Amino acid sequence: MSDVARAGSIEPGSGQLTADVDATHGLDLYRRMQLIRRFEERVYLHYLQGELPGTLHQSQGQEAVAVGICDALRPTDWITSTHRPHGHALAKGVDLRAAMAELYGKATGCCGGKGGSMHLGDPSVGMLPAIAIVGGGNTVVTGLGLAFKLMRTDQVAVCFFGEGASNEGAFHEGLNFAAVQHLPIVFACENNLYGASTPFHQVSLVPDVATRAVAYGVRGEIVDGMDVLAVREAAGRAVAEARAGAGPVLLECKTYRFAGHSRGDVKGYRSREEEVLWKERDPIVRLRARLAATLDAGVLDDMDAQVEAALDDAIEFARQSPLPRAEDALTDAYATVISGGSAS
Amino acid sequence: METPVSTAVSTPDARVTVRCTYREAMRAAIREAMHRDPRVFLMGEDVGRYGGSFAVSMGLLAEFGPERIRDTPLSESAFVGAGIGAALVGMRPIVEIMTVNFSLLALDQILNNAATLSHMSGGQFSVPLVIRMTTGAGRQLAAQHSHSLEGWYAHIPGLKVLTPATLEDARGMLWTALEDPDPVLIFENGVLYNMEGDLPDDAGPVEISHAAVRRHGDDLTLITYGGTLPKTLEAAERLAKEDIDCEVIDLRTLRPLDTDAIVTSVSRTTRAVVVDEGWRSGSISAEVSARIVEGAFYRLDSPVLRVCTAEVPIPYAKHLEDAALPQVETIMAAVRQSVASDG
Ligand SMILES: Cc1ncc(C[n+]2csc(CCOP(=O)(O)OP(=O)(O)O)c2C)c(N)n1
Repeated sequence: MSDVARAGSIEPGSGQLTADVDATHGLDLYRRMQLIRRFEERVYLHYLQGELPGTLHQSQGQEAVAVGICDALRPTDWITSTHRPHGHALAKGVDLRAAMAELYGKATGCCGGKGGSMHLGDPSVGMLPAIAIVGGGNTVVTGLGLAFKLMRTDQVAVCFFGEGASNEGAFHEGLNFAAVQHLPIVFACENNLYGASTPFHQVSLVPDVATRAVAYGVRGEIVDGMDVLAVREAAGRAVAEARAGAGPVLLECKTYRFAGHSRGDVKGYRSREEEVLWKERDPIVRLRARLAATLDAGVLDDMDAQVEAALDDAIEFARQSPLPRAEDALTDAYATVISGGSAS
Repeated sequence: METPVSTAVSTPDARVTVRCTYREAMRAAIREAMHRDPRVFLMGEDVGRYGGSFAVSMGLLAEFGPERIRDTPLSESAFVGAGIGAALVGMRPIVEIMTVNFSLLALDQILNNAATLSHMSGGQFSVPLVIRMTTGAGRQLAAQHSHSLEGWYAHIPGLKVLTPATLEDARGMLWTALEDPDPVLIFENGVLYNMEGDLPDDAGPVEISHAAVRRHGDDLTLITYGGTLPKTLEAAERLAKEDIDCEVIDLRTLRPLDTDAIVTSVSRTTRAVVVDEGWRSGSISAEVSARIVEGAFYRLDSPVLRVCTAEVPIPYAKHLEDAALPQVETIMAAVRQSVASDG
């Protein structure tokens, strides 16, 4: 178990938030969490206004997990993601404009408008297109790890998944497969208590996903997923282990999604008291309070304004971007052009 | 808890009808089955408190309780396997899988177990299981939530594959499926859920082994099923204004396929266009075409044509998705092409 308190043991005002994170670094974590928060809030608004189609799975409340873990990674490391990928994408460095344009279904989107909200990804920053089949990444990630091992690189792959996914066979098969081969993988579970409407206690007698690590002989760790510094620290350890060939590690981040599961979810399956309780642990508010001990409030306000401006720009970019051509629907099913009629 | 009985009206022919949606018709069917047979229960992800991801089972938990409306873990393989097991020993489970794409996690159960047990046990066992799932595109959910794989399932002996495309069939196919001793898959095309219409208030079980002629016509036979039925009917109406009189056959059941209905109609009209939201290669449309060739070859005045989904994963952006799917215009174009060609 991570020592959450340890992150708080450094004196406020010292300019150092944890052993690894100074105030400048902390401000950067803040910026990225705030970017995700405001991205989710703003795209949801445009979704409600009918400007964005399909469906959206928002991640407000879970920002510390995406940001804390990706912060422990190198640009050359990889992640896999889920149906709820916006936060992972922005945290790993997918271009904000390209992510936004993808949600708008534009040609300038990171997937050319073909993937949309559930399939954000960009190989240049080490993110596979998000897999929206629950548990889908948990086996694919083992191939990334295997390749890194065979190619003798020291890259690491992180697999993001929800606690709900830990009931799919793929979770168990992926973890065991990675374990017996000591693959350089961190399985990062975002336990937000619900798989769609279903509370985890109703579908698992083991309350902590991390406990399941025991069954596969790997190290499991639980961390406060509402504390980005704690996540950063635990992720740093897990990634280091994986990189050194002592992985995989199963890291469970206890968190909460403030919004509904997807469009139109009125959250009738959870109590307002519970929501309030978790809102009080808002990871952005918490980090802001920590930073306020060393930084001017003006600095943080400036950062908020910068985030807002970046989002204004990205939304404007997405709106102005051209649509893909209708015939683009027929390209890319194969890496090479298939001639003759059989492909159509 | 909605029931489709709030707006009962009397039609001129004195049959009382109720205004309802496809979704409500499906829900009424589940409710009827639960009342009729205590062995029936519904099981799947978020079918209880949430009311199902497409709101089909909304209200049923309150009515029937958690023993019979069962929320499962996210474990398609496990709960489809559980459905098979429960059916083997005398229950009548209705298993809901959120979408056909997710059914692939249970494909092993469906193909290797449900479809084989009767045959490989020499008839000692049967699997009276019903699996319902959403299929189809048109909602901008992209490449992992939009496919039409019912034709694939129709490849598998041992299964029955139903594709209700009307309110009557949404209301009536489930009970008949539950009475069937074999595993039955019901594919509900997502674009149909909000389709509204008038359903006779005494609507009940329907037979599930025949295709239906949804529009009579003499010049050409349009053959389709599921989500493309409304588009095909619209195409037929618009073509009537061009003096092309199409017959429209709704296959209703993809396995076993009603070859007689297809061959009889095409033998009379001498032309056929098959409309299928599945991909063209190796599809149910290919099977229908082959049966036309086998059964009506010498009656044909032009080649059998097909309108299918482009052979790409379904894209996200609206006009890309539209470009990939069969549309009224592409159906009309194929019909015109067929009529213009005279073999
Ligand atoms: C195999 C599969 N089954 C069902 C779904 C529908 N679905 C999408 S997200 C979800 C809940 C997932 O819960 P969890 O893994 O905890 O992730 P969270 O949504 O909480 O981020 C469900 C049931 C799916 N996408 N894939």
